[in-house]
Amino acid sequence: MTRQMTGAKMVVQALKDQGVDTVFGYPGGAVLPIYDEIFQQNDIKHILVRHEQGAVHAAEGYARSTGKPGVALVTSGPGATNAVTGLTDALMDSIPIIVLTGQVPTFMIGSDAFQEADTVGITRPCTKHNWLVKETDKLAATLHEAFHVATAGRPGPVLIDIPKDVQFATGTYTEKKTIRPHYQPQVKGDITAITELVKLMEKAKRPVFYTGGGVINSGPAASQLLRELVGATDFPITSTLMGLGSYPASGKNWLGMLGMHGLYEANMAMHDCDLMINIGARFDDRITGRLDAFSPKSKKVHIDIDPSSINKVVRVDIAILGDVAHVLEDILKVWKARGRVTDKESLPKWWKQINDWRAVKCLTYRNSDTIIKPQYALERLEALTKGMDRYICTEVGQHQMWAAQFLGFEDPNRWMTSGGLGTMGYGFPASIGVQMAHPDAMVINVAGEASWLMNMQEMGTAIQYRLPVKQFILNNERLGMVRQWQQLLHGERYSQSWSEALPDFVKLAEAFGAKGIRCDNPADLDEAIKEMLAYDGPVIFDCLVEKHENCFPMIPSGKAHNEMLMGEASTEGAIQAGGAVMV
Amino acid sequence: MSALNIKKGATSHSAYNLRDNHSDEIQRHTLAVIVENEPGVLARVIGLFSGRGYNIDSLTVAEVDHTGHLSRITIVTSGTPHIIDQIEAQLGRIVSVREVQDLTTTGRPVERELGLLKVAGKGEARVEALRLADIFRANVVDSTLESFVFEITGTSEKIDAFAELMRPLGLVEIARTGIAALARGA
Repeated sequence: MTRQMTGAKMVVQALKDQGVDTVFGYPGGAVLPIYDEIFQQNDIKHILVRHEQGAVHAAEGYARSTGKPGVALVTSGPGATNAVTGLTDALMDSIPIIVLTGQVPTFMIGSDAFQEADTVGITRPCTKHNWLVKETDKLAATLHEAFHVATAGRPGPVLIDIPKDVQFATGTYTEKKTIRPHYQPQVKGDITAITELVKLMEKAKRPVFYTGGGVINSGPAASQLLRELVGATDFPITSTLMGLGSYPASGKNWLGMLGMHGLYEANMAMHDCDLMINIGARFDDRITGRLDAFSPKSKKVHIDIDPSSINKVVRVDIAILGDVAHVLEDILKVWKARGRVTDKESLPKWWKQINDWRAVKCLTYRNSDTIIKPQYALERLEALTKGMDRYICTEVGQHQMWAAQFLGFEDPNRWMTSGGLGTMGYGFPASIGVQMAHPDAMVINVAGEASWLMNMQEMGTAIQYRLPVKQFILNNERLGMVRQWQQLLHGERYSQSWSEALPDFVKLAEAFGAKGIRCDNPADLDEAIKEMLAYDGPVIFDCLVEKHENCFPMIPSGKAHNEMLMGEASTEGAIQAGGAVMV
Repeated sequence: MSALNIKKGATSHSAYNLRDNHSDEIQRHTLAVIVENEPGVLARVIGLFSGRGYNIDSLTVAEVDHTGHLSRITIVTSGTPHIIDQIEAQLGRIVSVREVQDLTTTGRPVERELGLLKVAGKGEARVEALRLADIFRANVVDSTLESFVFEITGTSEKIDAFAELMRPLGLVEIARTGIAALARGA
């Protein structure tokens, strides 16, 4: 039996059929018919954000914390252009989101109509795929296909542009189960290549697992299999920023995050290993440092679902194309069948070396009795939230790196941060999306004051929906990372990198109807954090921290992993002109 | 769409079949990209090349399977082996791309281009143009007392050579289709 309905109703019906429970959006002229349908139903909650960028980041937060695709709904023109940053962010970090945009009616497209923009043209390079639907009969099928494309293979953002006349017109609803998309990426890895990897694992004297966001995107099974593989082989494991939580921070094989602000032991292990097993990471420039000095002695294996990631930056010896969970399962199977062999003589020596590196204690910082150090604030936050059902979001900058260094993640989908694009303003709306998906959880956005101000309008959303998101702002009254680079690279000329005219964050919170807490004394910090955690509602925590703290360790641009800067003393003249060119 | 024998799946590029990409030698490759014939698909392909800084030396596109709504984009590109690999992989992950074939991996493909050349002149030059056109097996598809339009088919080099010869004889305008190509053999 075919069902006839309006395009607007199809949108709501397709979202229901896809299991969507929450949509983040902002209405406008070109989506009014869809909003009318939303008004007349109760299955899907609509969260009214205060800016379309917030809607997309909230959908991202929802997606990253649940593994399900997030959905945003915005109007044409400015609604769509405001969504571009979020789409690009989701593309860079492979986050499955579906963005629905209104469009002027088909007969007005191209006439420079009010609130018209070439949305599919503008978003073509920042979506995995997008569609302009010109016939109501094709709308439902396109919606279902969009969910498939967003979630299959390497996930990513998709956008459907729906002209207003298509929303009004009546057409035939295509059922979800009748869709047969052509897009079917390969998920099973080649067994010959997997066997080659297992042979390398059996002989490896200094192996390391280098894991990324692909493990999390592959689903909880991938994290489970990863834990089993690490446990069985006793190989050390490090992860990118995006992959934190796939292996527990409390696990004994955990080296911590690697990369530009990664841990000394993780980067040294990457540099000196003889077998690097990349699982769902992409040799990002924040990870590799100077490419011609990147892990010079190792055989490199790359497991990725995206063929274009393979050999893009670093040439590998074995490439395994497939979904992480499928490939890990096969690796375990083959490795067990071949007798569970590892080099039992060499591994303890490798671990001894790693433990020597660990003994350097690269995260050591000089604490203070009078000023709150940002690292100390995060150490206390970690201690006081240990064991809680906790989700952490971040903005972008020094605080983000400190959060990655000082907070421990035991499970996947607990850490929402803008990795690839580095979007300041991401964390607050993302925390709203996370809290919507996990109403009873403790959701904390670790922020810098400058990033946080970029999307502070979402306080209204948090209040309206009673979302008890905790905004933990490490306020140094500086664009900390910019300031750090200016200090190290630009002769201490601090051009435009301080936050003038900051609001009183406590009063700001109160103006919105939230709770504001300020703390500037290390002795009061624990009580203040406890007060934040105990409050049943949104909190802005203005944590006044040391203004000139630098984030270490640091691999300066253009340097190799074994040329890390460890602290203030060693930074003088450490970065040459060549490195300054890089970002 | 049986005649095209198009494989299922959007990512036909195999990561196990990688050529030596250490080489810095710039190679010229002809790629056939089979795409779903939908609005914007050409923009996706061209946008990939401009966005990632790849070269397009020639590009042609036309629907080749009306029932399956499939178009064939023939792209001539150049780059190091590493870049060529990346181009193929990046093309392969565009959702509307069904298949990417590198026609240059198994020897040089059959490549043909069509050119239309307008040559204006009188007297001896006009006779000479007609004589050269005959040698190049170019057809006259339009003529007035003072001009010819020649149609010539062949490799791009052949059209280049013909155009060079026509230049002193009164070449006014030239239109070229870009390359259409097929791999040799079955």
